[in-house]
Parts: sequence; C-alpha cells; structure tokens
Amino acid sequence: MKVSKEELLHIANLAQLNLKEEEIGNYLQNLEEILNFANIVNNAPVDELDITIGANEAKNVFRKDEVKVFEDNEALLANAVSKELNMFKIPKVIQ
Amino acid sequence: MNIIDLTVNELQEKLKNKELTIKEITQAYVDRINEKEKDVEAFVTTLTDEALNKAEEIQKKIDEGEINGDLAGIPIGIKDNINTKGVKTTCSSKMLENFVSPYDATVMQKINSENMINLGKLNMDEFAMGSSTETSYFKTTKNPWDLNRVPGGSSGGSAAAVASGMVPWALGSDTGGSIRQPASFCGVVGLKPTYGLVSRYGLVAFASSLDQIGPITKDVKDAAILLNLIAGYDEKDTTSVNMEKKDYVKALTGDVKGLKIGVPKEFFGEGINEEVKNSLKEAINKYKELGAEVEEFSLNVAEYALATYYIIACAEASSNLGRFDGIRYTYRTSEFKDLKELFKKSRSEGFGDEVKRRIILGTYVLSSGYYDAYYKKAQKVRTMVMNEFNKGFEKYDVILTPTSPTVAFGIGEKSGNPLEMYLADICTVSINIAGVPGISIPCGVDSNGMPIGMQIVGNKFEEEKILNVAYTLEKEIKFREKYKPEFKK
Repeated sequence: MKVSKEELLHIANLAQLNLKEEEIGNYLQNLEEILNFANIVNNAPVDELDITIGANEAKNVFRKDEVKVFEDNEALLANAVSKELNMFKIPKVIQ
Repeated sequence: MNIIDLTVNELQEKLKNKELTIKEITQAYVDRINEKEKDVEAFVTTLTDEALNKAEEIQKKIDEGEINGDLAGIPIGIKDNINTKGVKTTCSSKMLENFVSPYDATVMQKINSENMINLGKLNMDEFAMGSSTETSYFKTTKNPWDLNRVPGGSSGGSAAAVASGMVPWALGSDTGGSIRQPASFCGVVGLKPTYGLVSRYGLVAFASSLDQIGPITKDVKDAAILLNLIAGYDEKDTTSVNMEKKDYVKALTGDVKGLKIGVPKEFFGEGINEEVKNSLKEAINKYKELGAEVEEFSLNVAEYALATYYIIACAEASSNLGRFDGIRYTYRTSEFKDLKELFKKSRSEGFGDEVKRRIILGTYVLSSGYYDAYYKKAQKVRTMVMNEFNKGFEKYDVILTPTSPTVAFGIGEKSGNPLEMYLADICTVSINIAGVPGISIPCGVDSNGMPIGMQIVGNKFEEEKILNVAYTLEKEIKFREKYKPEFKK
C-alpha cells in the first residue's frame, strides 16, 4: 500500500497533528508497512457476513434526560491551563 | 514469614488470626517500594505516606468496630489510566502529566468503599498503546526477573509491581492483551474479563469496544477475589451487562475431570518459541493426567484478528483521543496565534510517537476512500472471529493457548519497529475482538529462567470455568514455590 507524503499530511491535518519534516519519512514507512499487513483483512472470507460494532449485542440504552450536577466545579477547572470567571479560556475565535 | 511474599488471601487469613496488622502489612509494602522501585521503576506516582496514614486510620476504625470486611486495609496498585480522585492520572503521557482527576472510576469507588489502600499509580505504555511499557513518557519499567528486559505492556507497571512484591495485587486494563501479556512476561496471574463484566467508567478510553479492566495478582484465588469486587453492572457504563452477581472464589474446586479443553493448532505454529511450546505441552499433559479431555482443533483467526485489531483499535483511538485538545485538562502549548494552532501544537507536543502513529492510522482507515477497504472489512472480520470462537465453544469448555509467542524480550529490541511490536500481540488480540474472557498464568520458565505464560480462554461470562482451570494447574505446578524473580542486572 503506497501512501504519498501529501496524503499523510492531509490525514495528520484531519487528526489535528503537525508532523515535522524529519519525522515524515519514518511515519510514511511505518504506515505503509502496517497497512500492508492490515490488508490481509481483504483476503478473509467475509463477504456474506454482517459487520460487528461492539463485543456484545448491539442495542440502544435509553435513560431519562435528567440533569445531574457535578458539584466540584473547582476540581473540574483545576486542570485547565487558562481560565477566567469559572470558565475555560480560549483564544478569540470571532474576528 | 516475609509479608511481601504472601498472596492477598494469605494476608486475609493472617489478619483474621491476628498474626498481622494492617499497619505491618502496609509498612512492609512501603519498605519494599523504597527498596526496589529504583531498579524496577513501576510507579508513575507513589502514595507511600498517604498509604501509611490511611493504614493507621483504618486500623483505628476497625479497632472501634466502625468497619469490618475482608478487604479493609489491603493495599493495591492502580494502572495510571484509571481515574483516582485527587491523585494524578497521567496515562503515562506528557498530555496528562499534571492531570488530577476530579472523580473516581467506578472500580475505584468499589475499592475505596472496601477501605482498601492505594499504594500508587502504575506505569504503562502511553495511553495503553504498546506491548512493552517503553512508550511511557516518564520511564521504562524493568522486568523484575531480568532488569534488561521489558515487563510487557501496556500494564507493565502493574505486572512488574506485583512480581517484585511492591504491591500485593493491582488493577490493569486490557485492550489487546495489556493485562495478560505483561502478566505472562512477569510470571504473575492476569485476567481480562468478558467485555461488559466490569464497568469502564473512569477508565481513560483507548478503544471503547475492546477495553476491559481486570486484576493482576500473585495467584488465581486473588484474581477471583478481586474480580468479585470489581464485576457488576454500572449505569454509568452503558456497555456493562446487567446480570446476577457470581462468586468466583466458590468456582475454584480444583477439579477438571471430564472438562473439555480445545487446543487450537494455529496457536502452536511457526513464530511460537519452542521453549514456550514445550512448556505448554507439559501443562496440557498435566490436564490430561487430571482427567480433562484435551483435543486439538483448528481456530484459524490469529492473523486476521491481529490485522482487524489494529484497524479497529486505532480507529476507535483516533476518535477517543480527539478530546485531548489543550483546553480543559491537558497539556497546552506555550505559543499559538489562534485556536487551530493551539489544538494542533498542543496535540503534536503532548502525544508521543506511537500515539500519533495510531491516531494517524486510525484516521486513515476511517477516511473517505479507505473506510470500506479497511474499517468496514475489519468489522466483518470481527464477526468471523466471533463465529469461530462460538464454534469452538460449542465443542470445548475452554481453549488453551500460549499468552505470548515468546518470553519477555530485551529493552530496545523491538521499540524501533512498530509492526514487529504489534506481532507480539498475536496470541491475545483475538480474545478482545471476540469479547470473551482470558486468563494468563505462569506455567514454567525457559532456559534463561524467564517465565512462560499460558492463556486459558472461556466463553462469554464463563470466568468461573477459566479461573478453575487455571487454579487446578497452579496447584499442580506450584510455580510460586519454585521460582522467584531475581532482579538480574
């Protein structure tokens, strides 16, 4: 499976990751090797089979849409690098 | 008597007979951590002072009759991807280096409600992605049997801490073998429960349809005791299964007469080390002597399952790890001009190499043009793997395989080649893909004195069977009496 540099950078961008120029060769090689190996799924006799999305029976689990308040606001915000007035602070998004 | 050599069930007995106190036990473990941690490096965070204070507090409450219970005052170690309120939960990542959890995982609530004592948070591969604990941002844990070798992974800190006597038992998590393979490498017992038996609430998600929390212990009885505590339905985990509670200790009868054991020949082929095979063959002969019916059969899933595993696990990881954005509780880059740059730089600097590789692979197989060829195909192969296991369990009570194709390998031996590292999981991943339970127990050592692990796989929610099959062999081969880690330098 050949992966181009452009394709790798496009995927990295979708995943919100930057790759350094010197890392790219390595990532490309790893990705190709792993995809070549993973390609064996295409030899499996599975055309007639349905997909499985979870380990057990796939069923919806419903519950009432009730608000449960998490009391410890301070602990929640304690891990944020930047906050203000009990809120997470981010760079300006509207110009 | 050396306290740190005792199993938890032996500690419980001695507490009951007043031969030991909670303080003595905790002190013995704290002393052992102070002695061995510098060589083994199993912990990300030690809680030794807190543990001694807690021991004092619990002893007082017991003396005053305020609490009782078999597990009160028993110490434990916790893998660092299980949220512990007020204590750092780092997933061995720079991304969560300073993250202090505001809440407890459901398994921690259970542990705390029994008044157990947390000795610390244990090292792991970053976000549980690895098979050697070498991808930890903080340190590489060493194998207590030979400090030049890896302890396995991703729960390498948990297995090494139990093997070296720094904790009497520990919790790990297993997505593709992360409890069983390190247990095998370190000569201890590791159980991955059926998917849905133990709540995943508060376990930092890697691949949600495969992750399970489970015990790593010195013996099988301890694994049953700890499973008794952590198993059970939890409304906070919608994939946890609501079923009647079982007593897994009661299942340990030591009798396997008439039990049908299937041995899949594909798990004993090329690529499996000869010494591993021979050790397993001896174990199989023991089972025959004990009256079990052993039969070879074909379970041709291992390679398909491994490819499927890396597609599905990485796809789920790429989605799960989207939450680490540099805003709310993670590492944040120091310089950025806008929100997009904040996200990208924080993630690129906060995640290690292997984590980024898997996110990229996961994003790739989910991206348009490749979704059908990889992800959808893998989901179909998952159905096939499940069907094959179902067929196996129509004929056999349990299935027996090696836990790992080799004993513990050297530090640095595979870290440069991701695909080679992935192949180390060939014996364990199909069990997660099928969602069935598996236990690894030590069954011997190789010519270098390194432990060899045997995996016993059961049908869904048949932990009782695999625990009893494991228990029966353990009693026969007496591994713990014969072999001990030597901390070889």
